[in-house]
Amino acid sequence: MAMLSRLASRSSHLGRTLLLPRSLCCSTGGRHFASSAGDEGPTFTVETSVPFVGHRCEPPSREVETTAKELMGFFRDMSLMRRMEIAADALYKAKLIRGFCHLYDGQEAVAVGMEAAITRKDAIITAYRDHCIFLSRGGNLVETFAELMGRRAGCSNGKGGSMHFYKKEGGFFGGHGIVGAQVPLGCGLAFAQKYLREETVTFAMYGDGAANQGQLFEALNISALWDLPAILICENNHYGMGTAEWRAAKSPAYYKRGDYVPGLKVDGMDAFAVKQACKFAKEHALKNGPIILEMDTYRYHGHSMSDPGSTYRTRDEISNVRQERDPIERVRKLILLHDLVSAAELKDIEKEIRKEVDNAIAEAKESPLPDPSELFTDIFVKGCGTEVYGVERKENKILI
Amino acid sequence: MRDGEDVGHYGGSYKVTKGLATKYGDLRVLDTPIAENSFTGMGIGAAMTGLRPIVEGMNMGFLLLAYNQISNNCGMLHYTSGGQFKIPIVIRGPGGVGRQLGAEHSQRLESYFQSIPGLQMRQPVVLFEHVLLYNLKERIPDEEYVLCLEEAEMVRPGEHVTILTYSRMRYHVMQAAKTLVNKGYDPEVIDIRSLKPFDLYTIGNSIKKTHRVLIVEECMRTGGIGASLRAAIIDNFWDYLDAPVMCLSSQDVPTPYAGTLEEWTVVQPAQIVTAVEQICK
Repeated sequence: MAMLSRLASRSSHLGRTLLLPRSLCCSTGGRHFASSAGDEGPTFTVETSVPFVGHRCEPPSREVETTAKELMGFFRDMSLMRRMEIAADALYKAKLIRGFCHLYDGQEAVAVGMEAAITRKDAIITAYRDHCIFLSRGGNLVETFAELMGRRAGCSNGKGGSMHFYKKEGGFFGGHGIVGAQVPLGCGLAFAQKYLREETVTFAMYGDGAANQGQLFEALNISALWDLPAILICENNHYGMGTAEWRAAKSPAYYKRGDYVPGLKVDGMDAFAVKQACKFAKEHALKNGPIILEMDTYRYHGHSMSDPGSTYRTRDEISNVRQERDPIERVRKLILLHDLVSAAELKDIEKEIRKEVDNAIAEAKESPLPDPSELFTDIFVKGCGTEVYGVERKENKILI
Repeated sequence: MRDGEDVGHYGGSYKVTKGLATKYGDLRVLDTPIAENSFTGMGIGAAMTGLRPIVEGMNMGFLLLAYNQISNNCGMLHYTSGGQFKIPIVIRGPGGVGRQLGAEHSQRLESYFQSIPGLQMRQPVVLFEHVLLYNLKERIPDEEYVLCLEEAEMVRPGEHVTILTYSRMRYHVMQAAKTLVNKGYDPEVIDIRSLKPFDLYTIGNSIKKTHRVLIVEECMRTGGIGASLRAAIIDNFWDYLDAPVMCLSSQDVPTPYAGTLEEWTVVQPAQIVTAVEQICK
């Protein structure tokens, strides 16, 4: 994949450094969030929007350490994710993306904050609202759009679609269509990490809708029994498709639903709160076993592209959240407050991101559709010595 | 690594895993709570990282609770991830009609799993063991040996008719075979072993020799393994057949508790003998 390298330029103005982190284009080299070497810029402390609320645990401090580089990185990455999802919306309406498409705009802070607290050796698994998590784990834009359009250059060769993105080398285990089924898988990943003594953790993500699934409690019980390093992240965007949380859960305090498992309630629209919580959770999980983090977040789009998102909530509610809690605006205010770059420069970054996304879409459109023989690949692991063929035996025969 | 209910300290409800926990310890032989859906899911998650778990269902019927995990995640992950993840998991468990265990504990679910794309019934592998066969004693060679799970086994070569069977029905067929030999017939008996994919090579060679086929299975008549085996044979070996393919299966009923009724749901040796006589007329 082509790597668009970004220029790091330094302003000559005393005390101001403009650092543009590397793009999200490199799939194996991986984009580094706040952890790469290089000039971090000034360090400062940020206060989270609200204090954390703990269940059976002492919540961490509201004060979060960060650097200029990390802050700029948050802005850039969240803007890229936002732009990508909006572009996907347009592609869907143009019928280039078909089937189900669940967009993440509004929830970007969770993806970005979590990634800032962990390494690629830690594992993340989520459900079908997975495009942005895929990006944060090292996926690139071309693979994303190509997969959404069902092309060969897609991350699953066009055979997975929107709900089945995976990145093995980035520690991203998908991408799952059945609500809640990814949580036992995530606990299995945590088991493997403990078995192999890796000192890493797994973040198993699910939504407020999935929080009522039985298999979640089964897996939590086993994880607590066996002290597995599993961190359950409930991305509470308050609506399970069209059903508000108070209509689906007797107790919508999802961070408390683990009962004997500790929990933390986090403002999911504040990337620094998410980062702090995930750091806290990782330390906890490695010592004491599972913990639940409830991220109070919001999605601007409907549940999926087939859902206008306005029949079960008011437009006022949506615009209020956009005005008061938007994750990108919060970071923009912080950047301007600390005088890292000017507002105009931020707009320039957004313009460049728009171009980057448009270029990626154009490149993805060039990729061809999969070959018919791909229908029969990756069903069985190679070396079975069996022939696989379709209903029409004369065509589409391959040896696997 | 194996997990399932009571496989560790208890030794397994049918003592299959007896002694393993003492030998390999608690991290490798895991007793789970009664949560089939999630412990199967956890096995699949562990397999995604490269571990090789064996998940034991106490009874195959209980694995219906894990059907979503087996079908959607186990079978399809290799495909939907474009080959990134392999799932080297073995799911095994006893099933089939036992001794008056009642309908829910006597299920033959082979056919439910057969149509899941990406699953091998013998990477990922689902092994169906029969409850009653655990008590059979057979001589096992002392040295380590590896059986190829994908090949059918030629149990008794013959000339007149090919009898295809698997699991417990193999023993019923061999009993019937004794009677048949006394009556002057020479049946060829093949234990197909692999229910998906079928070993059409061995089966085909046999049909080309005998030109007559009888399938004997414990699965239900409708939608059973026999139904799809019959279709595969007709598709591939139509020209070699001298008689219609016959299939003896269990009745389409839940297994009753009463001993006599239970016997009548399942194919018995006498019926096999009659069927062969009919085919060979």
